Amino acid sequence: MILSWKTGGVLLGAVFFAAVLLIKPVGVSTQFVIFDGILWDAVDDTVVVENKDSKSGYASSNAYLNKSGGKYAKNVANPWNYSFVFVLAMMGGAAVSAMMRGGVPAAERTMPPVWRANYGDAPWKRHLAAFAAGFIVLYGARLAGGCTSGHMMSGAMQTSLSAYIFMAGAFLAAIPLAIILYPKEA
Amino acid sequence: MTTIVLAIVIGAAFGFMLDRVGATNPGVIIGMLRLSNLHLMKTIMLAIGTASVLLFMGLMLDLVDPGHLDVKDAYWGVFVGGLLLGAGFAIAGYCPGTGLAAAATGRWDGLVFSLGGLAGAAAYMASYADVKATGLLEPLMGGKAALGTLGGTKYPAVFAGVPGEWLGLVLGIGFVIVAVALPDRLRGPMGREAPGGPTA
Repeated sequence: MILSWKTGGVLLGAVFFAAVLLIKPVGVSTQFVIFDGILWDAVDDTVVVENKDSKSGYASSNAYLNKSGGKYAKNVANPWNYSFVFVLAMMGGAAVSAMMRGGVPAAERTMPPVWRANYGDAPWKRHLAAFAAGFIVLYGARLAGGCTSGHMMSGAMQTSLSAYIFMAGAFLAAIPLAIILYPKEA
Repeated sequence: MTTIVLAIVIGAAFGFMLDRVGATNPGVIIGMLRLSNLHLMKTIMLAIGTASVLLFMGLMLDLVDPGHLDVKDAYWGVFVGGLLLGAGFAIAGYCPGTGLAAAATGRWDGLVFSLGGLAGAAAYMASYADVKATGLLEPLMGGKAALGTLGGTKYPAVFAGVPGEWLGLVLGIGFVIVAVALPDRLRGPMGREAPGGPTA
């Protein structure tokens, strides 16, 4: 059961507001870096180390994890923090909602109808495209310093200049490309 | 401890709502981006507007702590990164949050997208020093700029002297008006619902 734009918009807006009222605005994409850092540190425990001279108390041999006084390094070392648990809970919330509406139909689990209409139903094609898209989306999100949640939703809510710069870039690329890539509606 | 409880409650509510507004469905996202199904665009514009109005009223009434605001840095990389994100968003119909949420609802392409995302984030970590050397990360307008001046914060203002709370309230109402004014679709057979109803 998908909500009308009026109900859905007001309720989703209430969640954005609750987040900033109680703690801080919503955001997701940083946690891809934190998860990568956790995996990397599990394989090589010299990646993130305690360091009393750093502002966060942690340092990393990786320049990105080490930036801003090692704040990402600290989150890699202590993943049970607000932002990481927030993303895990987001996945849980989405799973519960999907279960309550009877789950995603089997035919849609590999690809949406609009993909099938334009590119056929070979799963490998969809998966290849999804993997490559995931790569450029997260590379772009980290370059931008945030994604659709942090920049677009939270940023526009707060009148951040960066939100408008981000939205200009994102829609300038996304709308023409979607029109070109998907000539058939479904 | 309290912060972890808040993370669970707010995170779960966010994920639940993403699914309920159709954002975990890549067909809905692609329909929005190819302008043939603007239901989700209306929903998100209304959500941003509602949150903005509540936030700035809350700030004016001292119900919201300005220290909770988190304005991000502005720099040219935000635009370039936005272009990249937009391209992938159009190809897959997922963004970082909805890809993970979709994977959790049982969509395999959402899982594959998220794995690609982990690889992309790792590539950024590896290339960060080189990206920084290009100058793309140099702050614009003093860095963490908001459009107006926000009381109780040190964020620089793009329009110095304009009270940021009132500007935020006006822009919030503007987002609501855009949400109401947007038609159901801009392309495809007008008056006909997108296949599978307004949200498929």
